[in-house]
Amino acid sequence: MKNNYDELVSKNIYDYLLQLGDDRLILGHRVSEWCGHAPILEEDIALANISLDLIGQSSFIYKIACEIEAKNRTEDDLAFYRAPNNFKCIEIVELPKGDFAFTIVRQLFFSLFNDLTLNLLSNSHFIPLAEISLKAVKESAYHTRHSKEWIKRLGNGTEESHRKIQIAVDELWKYTFQMFEESQSEKLLIEKGIISDTKSIKSDWLKVIEIILTEANIKIPEVTENHLFTRTRNFHTEHLSHLLAEMQSVPRSYPNLKW
Amino acid sequence: MNDTELELWEVFAQKEIGAPHEHCGSLHASDAEMALQNARDVYCRRNEAINIWVVQSKFITSSTPDDSPMMFDPAKDKIYRHPQFYTSPKKIKNLF
Repeated sequence: MKNNYDELVSKNIYDYLLQLGDDRLILGHRVSEWCGHAPILEEDIALANISLDLIGQSSFIYKIACEIEAKNRTEDDLAFYRAPNNFKCIEIVELPKGDFAFTIVRQLFFSLFNDLTLNLLSNSHFIPLAEISLKAVKESAYHTRHSKEWIKRLGNGTEESHRKIQIAVDELWKYTFQMFEESQSEKLLIEKGIISDTKSIKSDWLKVIEIILTEANIKIPEVTENHLFTRTRNFHTEHLSHLLAEMQSVPRSYPNLKW
Repeated sequence: MNDTELELWEVFAQKEIGAPHEHCGSLHASDAEMALQNARDVYCRRNEAINIWVVQSKFITSSTPDDSPMMFDPAKDKIYRHPQFYTSPKKIKNLF
């Protein structure tokens, strides 16, 4: 892709696209683990749809990352031939799928974050990213709606369903802060006016989550700041390596295999 | 085996503006909103619809095979109920 950006900006656009793509690919893969295992058939299909949407988003994002990198790599190279330490995803997407409550609470937390981010990126001055975001924002809006409705019902359902949602919220809450940590590349792109300031995302996210959890009769944990060991996207949970080992095993065993 | 206690719903999808809603299947859901979402995910993920209706199966009243002889058989030989049975007066150019 011919672009008018200098080397520094191009490198940072590439890094930023990787972090966007990696969040969506890894969560997409996690959600795909429900295929054939969801509580009811209808939800099995719903989760598979969400999973495919996320993997599709990552694929589009990697494609423009490869174009801006201009090293003849493809989206498959980025997904299947990178080592865990080269991934830029946040920890919340790496965690094992857990029970249905854990999956659907994580889905709400990430989908709303995704939705707010894509809305903002729809106005990006980097046109390929704006175009992808404008298309994907319809998907993230639906993912948010779907998980929100589940949480309202499970939170107000039986004693057991309420307890499971509360446990999932308590467990996942501390991971949410990392979503709002500004990365180096994000910071530079904001400074250069290529993407809008992402600071509003955190307060918007909190506002909506508070409304949903209150409606679901779920208590919001009192943790108010990031207690995770890592604030950057350069370190990962042990779960990422295991996930990648499985996800990458076929292409790594049979490189360039076509079917 | 009773695999679910959720209500049964029927799904009707409209393919394009002006087209009738057609029955495309059934599903289980706890309430109307979830039925709508399940209908979207199960029956409309391949660009099949622009609008969907869901209705609880229990609210649909169906005729039974026992009803058929009296309800439908008498219509079989009433050819005068079809417009093609009648010839149009020759002087009228634009009847239909």
